[in-house]
Amino acid sequence: MIKRIHNLIVLTIVLFSSNAYALLEIEITQGVESAMPVAITPVAGDVPIQVTLLESVVFSDLHRSGYFSIIDKTNYPQQNVKLDQVDYPKWRNVGIEALLTMKATAAGEGKVRVQFELYDLVRKNRVLGHSVTTNKNQLRKVAHKISDLVFEKLTGIKGAFSTRIAYISEVAIKKGKKYQLKIADADGYNPRTVFSSSNQLLSPAWSPDGRRLAYVSFENDRTEVFVQDITTGKRSKVSSKPGINSAPAWSPDGTSIALTLSFDGNPDVYILEVESRKLRKLTDHYGIDTEPTWSPDGRFVYFTSNRSGAPQIYRVSFGGGSPKRMTFEGNYNAAPSVSADGNLLAMVHKNEGGYRIGLLDIERNAFTLLTDGTLDEAPSFAPNGSMIIYSTRHNNSTVLSAVSSDGRVRQRLRLQKEKVREPSWSPFRR
Amino acid sequence: MIIRQIPVIFFLALLLTISGCSGNKTKEGDDGAMSSDGIEDGAPIDMVADDEYSSSGLGEDGSMILDPLDDPASDLFVRTIYFDYDSTNIREDSLLIVREHGKYLSSSPERLIRLEGHADERGTREYNLALGEERAKSVREVLLLEGAQEEQIEIVSFGEERPTVEGTDDAALQLNRRVEVVY
Repeated sequence: MIKRIHNLIVLTIVLFSSNAYALLEIEITQGVESAMPVAITPVAGDVPIQVTLLESVVFSDLHRSGYFSIIDKTNYPQQNVKLDQVDYPKWRNVGIEALLTMKATAAGEGKVRVQFELYDLVRKNRVLGHSVTTNKNQLRKVAHKISDLVFEKLTGIKGAFSTRIAYISEVAIKKGKKYQLKIADADGYNPRTVFSSSNQLLSPAWSPDGRRLAYVSFENDRTEVFVQDITTGKRSKVSSKPGINSAPAWSPDGTSIALTLSFDGNPDVYILEVESRKLRKLTDHYGIDTEPTWSPDGRFVYFTSNRSGAPQIYRVSFGGGSPKRMTFEGNYNAAPSVSADGNLLAMVHKNEGGYRIGLLDIERNAFTLLTDGTLDEAPSFAPNGSMIIYSTRHNNSTVLSAVSSDGRVRQRLRLQKEKVREPSWSPFRR
Repeated sequence: MIIRQIPVIFFLALLLTISGCSGNKTKEGDDGAMSSDGIEDGAPIDMVADDEYSSSGLGEDGSMILDPLDDPASDLFVRTIYFDYDSTNIREDSLLIVREHGKYLSSSPERLIRLEGHADERGTREYNLALGEERAKSVREVLLLEGAQEEQIEIVSFGEERPTVEGTDDAALQLNRRVEVVY
């Protein structure tokens, strides 16, 4: 066991030392005893750089999920494993349960052929085998796809490594600051700007088809909610009432947006039908009701309310009615995010050390703390529920981090000089 | 009528010039945090202010009345109200100031103000947006009790998005938990 952890640390150091991985930092927060030991053997063929990239992307994908520990190569009983040459007893002797082999070969101008195979070393059979030819600049995508397939095969859970994140970045410019709504791969790579403003942006939220983002913009010196098509860039203002217009959250069927409005006197949660612009008040209390988010089946809306005197998370039926309080641990629970199975609630939880990401198992009514920062915010579940992305303070800046839903592994996504925050994990691509 | 009437005719021309200047320097995207030096509103409100000045500014003996908004010794010169953590209650020491603003608005119905609510960086951004608005509403409540009219008061919340100071220590956080009264 100790050896396995040691191996991980070695691998982590290797990861840090190469420029190719400069954007990523992985920290192992707790032992990884229950993580499945997996081996990755890359075969360079005639394009060594490409296979190194493949390996690093798949490694960090699988590793940060918390489900696997990737065993150091020096412990591999076989190198350059080929199909039908897997010596199963040897691999089992070193305690490795799955083996991923990858091979990359040149396939004409700017193209690479990637072959990969996954072996179940316990059941002694090949469980995956694919080959794909791709452009060199699409290798990260292919790697994430491989991670998805491996993850699903070994855990039974659909992989979410090919998804994206939306977030807000803030950079100081000559005159003031620039705020940008960006989207990137789930590991922080390939960022691109969706909208840019000299005023603050807030609370990006994906439509369930992954094509549009709703967000809050201060471009007119007050809060307004916009919806923007991320492919065409076309944007429209969907809410600009007196007072607060904020905290948009799409319904799972994509027809409505839950949001916070205060035109009626104080912040309450409303349901806005996107096409008809029809508005319905969902919660009604003289305190603060905000940060709505939907249960995956669309039957409930979770939200933050200070009706008890301090912010706690409540749940109300889509049709309305009296809300049920969900959180009782501590005196500050806010910004709920619901897992895909509807049973886990991630939130910002305050304790004596600061604001952290907490997790409530609704069925078991069990609360756990996942992070230990001083100002961790904006938790957002991966669409498969395996990880949560959030923002955290780091070296006087704000960065994004991902934590596995069991809290075992945290990985920081480093995005250079900008301050980044308000991450929102995309749905699966349709 | 508690407005301090200071008949200083010599200073009047000068002050008019100053307020006229500051009224023009409205900045796009400025966080408005430094508004205690005076008037950040656009020209129309200044026009109203000037009208008020000339119509009611003459004392019985023909002397001019100094606008107390421009008098550093006046309570009305204080335009930032501070709050405790996660609280929307106006503190005892700020209550007097807010009341003075209410009385002033009541006696100057042409005056329009904007209450800008802010929060410190702790807690979630959306909750803080709501908190900022609730703070501004607390101030408005007192203003209304003192006779100000709803129509005179606009409310906007910036949550934690526009801090007065960047910083994480208690002093910085305190400075950011505020409502700014912008004439």
